[in-house]
Amino acid sequence: MKVAILQFPGSNCDWDAEHAVKDVLGIPSSRIWHKASLPAETEAVVVPGGFSFGDYLRCGAIARFSPIMDDLKSFASNGGQVLGICNGFQILCESGLLPGALIRNDCLEFRCINQQVAIENSNDRFNPEKCGEQLSLPIAHGEGNYRLKDGDLEKLESNGQVLLRYIGNPNGSINDIAGIRNEEGNVYGMMPHPERAVEPHHPSRDGLPILKAFLEPILTRSSVEISAS
Amino acid sequence: MKVTVFVSPKATVLDPQGAAVEQAMKSLGHQSVGGVRVGKTITFEMEGEDTPEIRTQIDRLCDGLLSNPVIEDYRFEIEAG
Repeated sequence: MKVAILQFPGSNCDWDAEHAVKDVLGIPSSRIWHKASLPAETEAVVVPGGFSFGDYLRCGAIARFSPIMDDLKSFASNGGQVLGICNGFQILCESGLLPGALIRNDCLEFRCINQQVAIENSNDRFNPEKCGEQLSLPIAHGEGNYRLKDGDLEKLESNGQVLLRYIGNPNGSINDIAGIRNEEGNVYGMMPHPERAVEPHHPSRDGLPILKAFLEPILTRSSVEISAS
Repeated sequence: MKVTVFVSPKATVLDPQGAAVEQAMKSLGHQSVGGVRVGKTITFEMEGEDTPEIRTQIDRLCDGLLSNPVIEDYRFEIEAG
């Protein structure tokens, strides 16, 4: 097992994430219950989307106190690769692994559409040359309106921590931000669902370059043959 | 004793719900209203008395679980009995 996909009560993208990682990209992965420990052989963690703990209180507010989060914090502080998708992004923000918070969409609607996003030149893994300049990815959320404390936005931007920006902002997110990374470059979070855009029968296969960029360190080491989109 | 926690969106943070409620109030003819913010109240029972230690404990509950300091402010009231 290389990729651990966390499962909280109310996670609902865990199987999709596993399908994308294991069946499409061919990387061994397992779903790990939130009360379990992170397996020692874990090389990357996906915190999948859904409605952990019913989204009660705030999205991700209760999941951040789950037992596995202590392991996740240690894993991340040791440089481990972590990707939070949608509710997973909200959980990473609540836990402090990523800066900022996600509040109600400014339209007050749950937005479930295929969204155009632009790839920012963030680092040597996430950039337009590797991932493509513009991607079409599914979004499905009611709280994707990214906010930061005053003064933190400039820091985020000047550090190149923005990964993705909406083209046609669906939720009021500040600076059209759809996805970010931490300063160190090992914790990633995004509202779009790359795991729902990996098969020929999906609306696009634009999730593949995102997942490959995230899993690049593992892919390089194991030389897994990837069926390109 | 009974604790009531009031959580509200920070003044600097956009409040889409508040904006929608304000629009509804105005559409009902109440043009004089403004600055509507929607928050939440959380009430719970707690053993003990109103002491600085208890207040520190409630602060710990509020700061992180009951409210997110990035986007929300909180205050609380304690009722004896």
